[in-house]
Amino acid sequence: MKQSLRATLKRGSFAGIATAGAAALMLSGCGAAPDAGSGGKSASNYTGCIVSDSGGFDDQSFNQSSYDGMKKAEKDLGINFKSAESKSNSDFETNLNGMMSAGCNLTVTVGFLLGDATKKAAADNTDKHFAIIDYSYKDPIANIKPVVYDTAQAAYLAGYVAAATTKTGKVGTFGGIKLPTVTIFMDGFYDGVQAYNKAKSKNVQVIGWDKASQNGSFTGDFEKQDTGKQVTKNLLDQGADIIMPVAGPVGKGAGAALKEAKAAGKDVKLIWVDSDGYLTAPEYKDLMLTSVIKKMDEAVETVVKDDKDGKFTNAAYVGTLANDGVAIAPFHDLDSAVSAETKSAVDALKADIVSGKLVIESKASPKK
Amino acid sequence: MTTKDTNPEVEPEDGPGPTGESGAEVQAADVALDTAGGTLEPSLVPVSTQSGDTGHQQATLLRRIVMGNGFVSVLAVFVALVLGGVLIASTDPAVAKSAGYFFARPSDFLSALWGAMTKSYIALFQGSVFNPRQGFSPLLETMTVATPLICAGLGVALAFRAGLFNIGAQGQIIISATLGAYAGFAWHLPLVLHLLVVIVMGVIGGAAWGAVVGLLKARTGAHEVIVTIMLNYVALFLLDFLLNTEAFRRPGDNSPISPRLDDSAVYPQLIPGSRLHLGFLVAVALTAGVWWLLNRSTIGFEFRAVGANPAAARTAGVNVQAATVLVMAIAGALAGFGGIAQVAGTEKVLTGGVAAQIGFDSITVALLGRSTPWGTLFAGLLFGAFRAGAVQMQIQTGTPIDIVLVVQSLIVLFIAAPPLIRSIFGLNPGRKKRAKTAVKAAVATGGAK
Repeated sequence: MKQSLRATLKRGSFAGIATAGAAALMLSGCGAAPDAGSGGKSASNYTGCIVSDSGGFDDQSFNQSSYDGMKKAEKDLGINFKSAESKSNSDFETNLNGMMSAGCNLTVTVGFLLGDATKKAAADNTDKHFAIIDYSYKDPIANIKPVVYDTAQAAYLAGYVAAATTKTGKVGTFGGIKLPTVTIFMDGFYDGVQAYNKAKSKNVQVIGWDKASQNGSFTGDFEKQDTGKQVTKNLLDQGADIIMPVAGPVGKGAGAALKEAKAAGKDVKLIWVDSDGYLTAPEYKDLMLTSVIKKMDEAVETVVKDDKDGKFTNAAYVGTLANDGVAIAPFHDLDSAVSAETKSAVDALKADIVSGKLVIESKASPKK
Repeated sequence: MTTKDTNPEVEPEDGPGPTGESGAEVQAADVALDTAGGTLEPSLVPVSTQSGDTGHQQATLLRRIVMGNGFVSVLAVFVALVLGGVLIASTDPAVAKSAGYFFARPSDFLSALWGAMTKSYIALFQGSVFNPRQGFSPLLETMTVATPLICAGLGVALAFRAGLFNIGAQGQIIISATLGAYAGFAWHLPLVLHLLVVIVMGVIGGAAWGAVVGLLKARTGAHEVIVTIMLNYVALFLLDFLLNTEAFRRPGDNSPISPRLDDSAVYPQLIPGSRLHLGFLVAVALTAGVWWLLNRSTIGFEFRAVGANPAAARTAGVNVQAATVLVMAIAGALAGFGGIAQVAGTEKVLTGGVAAQIGFDSITVALLGRSTPWGTLFAGLLFGAFRAGAVQMQIQTGTPIDIVLVVQSLIVLFIAAPPLIRSIFGLNPGRKKRAKTAVKAAVATGGAK
């Protein structure tokens, strides 16, 4: 008796699920069929490819921006597009070999970890072209174009703005992992603050990074937002009121900590990196003083376009303030927090950097 | 303390093995065996997983195949592949598009569904086993990728058999890779000697990292899961730190990546044109070695006795503390071979990601292999095939590589729940079967041959 009851119940619930499923299918499946024989868009005979490092294309950092650039190239230039995500360092070589047999004309590899693998693939496939993001070789290689950024230039301007805007006389920064592509932000930021101190005879301190010793605060990865929140709280406790996290998505942890501090009545601000945080992290836009932007997507699209047009060179692309490869974002909502004097000073500094009168140096700067 | 030889309780001949007991009695005996009659907590690793022996001595051959753990593993893989296929299809744009007008032309939807599933698995197969263009060279790639997984998996499996959850393969790999790589790029030695030094350095590193765990467990009772997880962090951040020092970086380069290992310090290629290196043969030899250790040596017998019931083993004269330290040291050494396979085999440089997820995947490999040496070898090859094939799958069909990881995880999920698989396929054994399993477990833990 009991058993048959249970069986009935089971059957009943199964029937219920099945009915619900079928109903959902019916509702979703009522569209009209497209005309048979409508061909796809005419395929180009140019194939652009991209191989990520182990961060993957959803890293909210350089893999993602480079991927976006390829996607844009696919749309704008009508090229074929192939991508391969690496899950570990052992995948680099296999992914590149796969790309070679898939007939890629240009393969973009992302990050210094792929340096050796790209070099090997380039030596084995001298008829193919490569571009590597955020890495350059000591000796240039004929069919590899390095794409690097002198991010210190833009970070310098952000550091100046931060020093001019702080109320506590202390600004903070921290990184994800101590890589040259991270510390270059922090070096530039540090120098920008010092430039303000020198110009105005002030003593604004940078917490979280010391350029001379190349030591500072790091969260240890580009994933754990919670660690970013904790580090930011520590920086706030030490008196900083403007924070620049250089840690990809971990920056959101900094945003969360600052939001809490703001809710508690503190006047705090955030400086985003890589993209304009006002647009890409809108949940923190009321905190966003400015952003240090690296325009990787545009660079990737340009490299693809040049190669497609037969204008490939192995000369390094160096993103600078002069060619607009790096920049600082508008102040958006916090425009009123930055004085007109500071704005004109930043413009003057930018002009000096562009003209070469002012050289921002970092151990991590791309070698010319 | 009596010696093992004078105590009959753990002698294989004296294991409880009556076949006429009722199911309930045998089940009770099984529990009692695991908890030493209720005086102990049940061991962390269930008795049934500690034994690799399927041991249905009285069943027919067919029944043994169908009911055996190995067959359940195969079915688990099959079910996971089917579910994975559904997932692949659901992420496929053609399928999604044709589902939108399912009732107008259902054939489109069905063919898109079938197309998406088969296309992906064909690419997976072509990337891992055989490809018309390249012949069997993808199989060589599978073997290459499997090498570190097999080595580390053996370490995890061995610890499992001794009742220890070794979550520390990751840290052991990192330490051995660090030491091995340093010997490989910083020292310049003659041809054969250099590779030997690299291997010895790495294995000593891994063994030491494992022995620390065994020592802490034996002397202080610290739980090996906590200790190994923490040591993984220590190893990882130690490596990060070292890669930021001049000694481990390339001259003139600020990136945290070591110089390449000397050519004399890496495993020789076995077959030109592939990445397959001598490390694979080392892994096979290690598998045989672990099999011998577990099934033919006194030490291995003691390991299994400790794993089945530490209290009984102690009573029987086994030095449980020494066995714990030794088994963790050997497990660490095996994982160390995995680290060497990475730096001296495939990557040839040391980076922060040198261990990837191998340490954690090796736990899965050991479980999938039912903690037996040969099972681990084949499970490692299966995982290697998934990894190697996944690359082709995403390049050829655009299937996200994450889907492959989902399939792998599903396999583990089904492996971990044999009753689920049995009920899906209507293979649920009756009372008779349960009785036999219990007897088998009792015999096995009493000291199978």
